[in-house]
Amino acid sequence: MTDTLTPVLTASWDQPDSFTLEGYKRAGGWQALPKALATDPDDLISALKNANLRGRGGAGFPTGVKWSFLPQGDGKPHYLVVNADESEPGTCKDVPLMMADPHVLIEGVAITAYAIRAKHAFIYVRGEVLHVVRRLRHAVEEAYAAGYLGENILGKGFDLDVVVHAGAGAYICGEESALLTSLEGFRGLPRLRPPFPAVAGLYACPTVINNVESIASVPSIVANGADWFAGLGTEKSKGYGIFSLSGHVTTPGQYEAPLGITLRELLDLGGGVRAGHRLKFWTPGGSSTPLLTDQHLDVPLDFESVAAAGSMLGTRALQIFDETTCVVRAVLRWTEFYEHESCGKCTPCREGTFWMVRVLERLEHGQGTEEDLEKLLDICDNILGRAFCALGDGAVSPIMSGIQYFRDEFMQHQKEGGCPFDPAASTLFGGN
Amino acid sequence: MPFSDEVLARLDADAAQIIARYPRPRSALLPLLHLVQSEEGYVSADGIAYCAAKFGLAEAEVTAVVSFYTMYKRHPAGEYNVGVCTNTLCAIMGGDQIFAELREHLGVGNDETTPDGKVLLEHVECNAACDYAPVVMVNWEFFDNQTPDSARQLVDDLRAGTPVRPTRGPGRLCTWREASRILAGFNDDQATDGPSAGPASLVGLKLAEEHGWRAPEPAGARSGNGGQAAGAGRLPHPHGEGRRAGSGPSTSGPSPADSASPRPGGSQPAKESS
Repeated sequence: MTDTLTPVLTASWDQPDSFTLEGYKRAGGWQALPKALATDPDDLISALKNANLRGRGGAGFPTGVKWSFLPQGDGKPHYLVVNADESEPGTCKDVPLMMADPHVLIEGVAITAYAIRAKHAFIYVRGEVLHVVRRLRHAVEEAYAAGYLGENILGKGFDLDVVVHAGAGAYICGEESALLTSLEGFRGLPRLRPPFPAVAGLYACPTVINNVESIASVPSIVANGADWFAGLGTEKSKGYGIFSLSGHVTTPGQYEAPLGITLRELLDLGGGVRAGHRLKFWTPGGSSTPLLTDQHLDVPLDFESVAAAGSMLGTRALQIFDETTCVVRAVLRWTEFYEHESCGKCTPCREGTFWMVRVLERLEHGQGTEEDLEKLLDICDNILGRAFCALGDGAVSPIMSGIQYFRDEFMQHQKEGGCPFDPAASTLFGGN
Repeated sequence: MPFSDEVLARLDADAAQIIARYPRPRSALLPLLHLVQSEEGYVSADGIAYCAAKFGLAEAEVTAVVSFYTMYKRHPAGEYNVGVCTNTLCAIMGGDQIFAELREHLGVGNDETTPDGKVLLEHVECNAACDYAPVVMVNWEFFDNQTPDSARQLVDDLRAGTPVRPTRGPGRLCTWREASRILAGFNDDQATDGPSAGPASLVGLKLAEEHGWRAPEPAGARSGNGGQAAGAGRLPHPHGEGRRAGSGPSTSGPSPADSASPRPGGSQPAKESS
């Protein structure tokens, strides 16, 4: 029986110098790279496949399989790009990881770059987290000085340069192809696939792009073995992951557990919904994953089970809202976010998010009708699966699920001629 | 006003360093825009012209990039840019109220600067700190667990020149221009300052330690067949062994986890709506 919480990535965060080379090495760090460099790159890719680590950025694509898609011996430079542009509303795991333990990410970068035969890696970190940018860059400098990066690493003839690249504020750049376009110095517009980044990524060269938590999981898999990793989690969702509890919960924060833990268990650990209140709705993995309710407390938080419940595991960003929260207000605000962040490239997303905000504003202010709900669902239907990238699909998630579970509440706004909720009641300070 | 020769010389030296980091020069455009922003506090027409010339691009091409990204200011910004998260979770937890009260307190609208040039107020989207909601950013440093009162005090201190300290960040708050220089690619000397993690980041780890919960030992270290290693009460470290023998270095000062409850006022019952 595995323990309820299994700190691996978070294990050293309470050490005051966990972010330094010395602190990381004292915690057992930088021991996986020598092991990796003594292994054939193809065997490393196989090990990742066997571990069945699935992408921790939300989509859950098997990381080792992604690596194996790169053509070998093609004569082109290969690139590794780390997606550190954590911006999905509710998601707050990569930022604390990079602040507390940037070396585990950089060791993962070194191992991954060796496996995929890349000599240049980029960590594309969102710019809005200044201290994380400092910590990453400092850790990269330390790693160069220690001979873990640069030329002829550990005397094994492997060369690697790592660049910490700060973004400039655009949610769409968390979408992998938009991130690559941005890294090339353009507006961050997504690209048509195929070709996938594995074939034509950065500078049209074979590129692996992985989430921070995925790459940070690589050193422990290499050090402890694929079987160790695959021994955690559920049948198809292996390993551990960071679960981020936020919102109306007594003790919000980061809880690292095997995939498959339930919200009921996590809420028990977090002291439950804040005192005197009850769960109304929650997101399993950020605002782009359809809302769930108190019916879903026992859904195992793995890729398959959350999908079967009609949502997505996403980034395990568990935003908890209690009964004081107006679902129309919440959905409107998320939709305003998607409208603001829509890159404008494709019509369904650009126009759809604009009009959905207008309709939702009417509804929130008590001027909406049943017809408006049907109109919203019709617009959603014209975005879902028809937008150029996943941003559009994400934009319809809160609306469709909000109406599915709380249709009456949307209409109650009309009956009462406005929002029936007191926003002060939802705040942590209870209104001043 | 075009850059002076002295400024140009400095920018050119920095730009050359940045461009050299990339396999293809244009990848350095976003960092260079941060760089010109660090010079003027915003991305001016001169800044755009400078970048365009560096890459042989039309100014319109560079402008198109600038206008896509929200971190580039197109008008003079404040010495301190105060961003209140009003994405759904922070908004509901109090961000909307904080933003409204700061607007009134400062007498400025969204993306406007106080007359003394000290504080620009804006609402920002989710900044990946939801477990510290409501969150306020100043020059992209974290000010966690804010209330209307604490946020008012914060902007008053910024305007008065009273030093303020980010909750998860360095001891000295950078100015907007200094922050932009870091984003361009040049660290200051504060990377090792501040805590490893804030209290909320550590709640799961602390619970695990209290209960003796840990990840299984790898197979080689197991004593039985498939069970966890019977061991002392220390957490195994994922990357190898030998973790926590002495529980870290000589700790200076209290761990951030020891300070205060994770949020102010969190235990107060909220008023029910009428």
